[in-house]
Amino acid sequence: MSLKPFATPWPPPAEMGKPKRSIDELYAAARGGERRALGRLLSIVERGGQDADQISDLAHPDAGRAHIVGITGAPGAGKSTLVGQLVRDLVGAGKKPAVLAVDPSSPLTGGAILGDRIRMDDIVDPGVERTSAFIRSMATRGHSGGLALAVPLAVRLFDAAGYDPVIIETVGVGQVEVDVVGAADTAVVVMTPGMGDAVQANKAGLLEVADVFVVNKADRPGANDVRRDLDLMLDLSHMTGQESETGYRPPIVMASALNAEGSEEVWATVEKHRAHLDESGLRATRRQHRIRTEVRARLAQAMAAAAEATMDGDGATLLRQAEAADISPTQATNELLTHLLNKGPAS
Amino acid sequence: MSDEPQLRIILAKLGLDGHDRGLKVVARILRDAGMEVIYLGLRQTTDSIVAAAEQEDADAIGLSMHNAGHMTLAPAMVTAVNDAELGTPVIVGGIVPEEDVQPLLDKGVAAVLGPGASAEDVAQTVRDAVAAAG
Repeated sequence: MSLKPFATPWPPPAEMGKPKRSIDELYAAARGGERRALGRLLSIVERGGQDADQISDLAHPDAGRAHIVGITGAPGAGKSTLVGQLVRDLVGAGKKPAVLAVDPSSPLTGGAILGDRIRMDDIVDPGVERTSAFIRSMATRGHSGGLALAVPLAVRLFDAAGYDPVIIETVGVGQVEVDVVGAADTAVVVMTPGMGDAVQANKAGLLEVADVFVVNKADRPGANDVRRDLDLMLDLSHMTGQESETGYRPPIVMASALNAEGSEEVWATVEKHRAHLDESGLRATRRQHRIRTEVRARLAQAMAAAAEATMDGDGATLLRQAEAADISPTQATNELLTHLLNKGPAS
Repeated sequence: MSDEPQLRIILAKLGLDGHDRGLKVVARILRDAGMEVIYLGLRQTTDSIVAAAEQEDADAIGLSMHNAGHMTLAPAMVTAVNDAELGTPVIVGGIVPEEDVQPLLDKGVAAVLGPGASAEDVAQTVRDAVAAAG
């Protein structure tokens, strides 16, 4: 038995290989329904930089129609299974849903195992998937900053390509993930029995962003306890004045996604929230909040890059002085900040 | 973490073949080599893999085969990828007798990884296949 891999250089036929198309061409093709082009554009969006900005600018005028739904919850809560059910239901109802499934990258290697599709593909027929739905996995890619930039842009692209609704699925850990879901039109938080009481949910900061609660695995013992705990916490939100001004109270839906139970009610509840946004005028507020979150993330990233550049460039002298303890770190920071801000807007 | 484009690799078992331990090991190897692995797991079809490769903009497709179906299934996968004009290299791992390797390569399979391939071999084979596909 050979212990060597039998790798040989692969001679691809001349017509194969990913065609090199411009971003404009790819965008036009994606708008025309070409899935390969949309897949390519999403990769460019993930890499970030000027090409991603160009896609954002192209998509901006064509976007703004899709209802954006964020789905979050602890690992193993059944988010992907539920999303698979929702996609199947939505396609059945003649809609074109897109899913952005976010999974964490390894902080050590930058690699990732993206395992959300494995749940969804069992539910969604590939033939249907290739015509009416689009599921894309995205890794967090190290520092959370990248996610905060890539997700809104990917959503804009899906929206411009005619997908509605756009569902973002993310593990509910980390502020950026919570922000991303909180900036959706409708935020769905998936809970399960056996994950600790509602105090834990309160800790995670998810209660504040939820528009709809799903208690998944409702066939398991303790599901009603979760529901009761959630209800109690929502009563407290009311007491402390955190309840929305319009009197909207996040409904709690019991579901068992693996048994295909509850997904229709989940979506009906999302639709009710959608109607509430339209009736109350809160949709515009949500959008403003979302834009503000995105612009803040972009500014923060640009400024962090500028700070790094300054520390290695014309601010290096000040940094050396701080390192040599000639000046304090705060003094160095303040002088560098003054220097940065006086440089004026980046060209 | 470097400035190199992040490779995105689809890993799947094609057809009726329940032996996914090896595929899970490969998934971990590629993740530890800094790649993003889109793990499709068991009982996939050429259709479902092509659908995923399209949406995920995969750089390579890795098939694990332990059911002696490689001479039928692997070329079928290559044909499906070509029909969809994806140009994604198809890499086969698992149990493939040595005399079957060259016929598979002749039918357009990008590389065949046998038992005993080291983690470095696996990652490098994937990188080479992606580079050759352009």
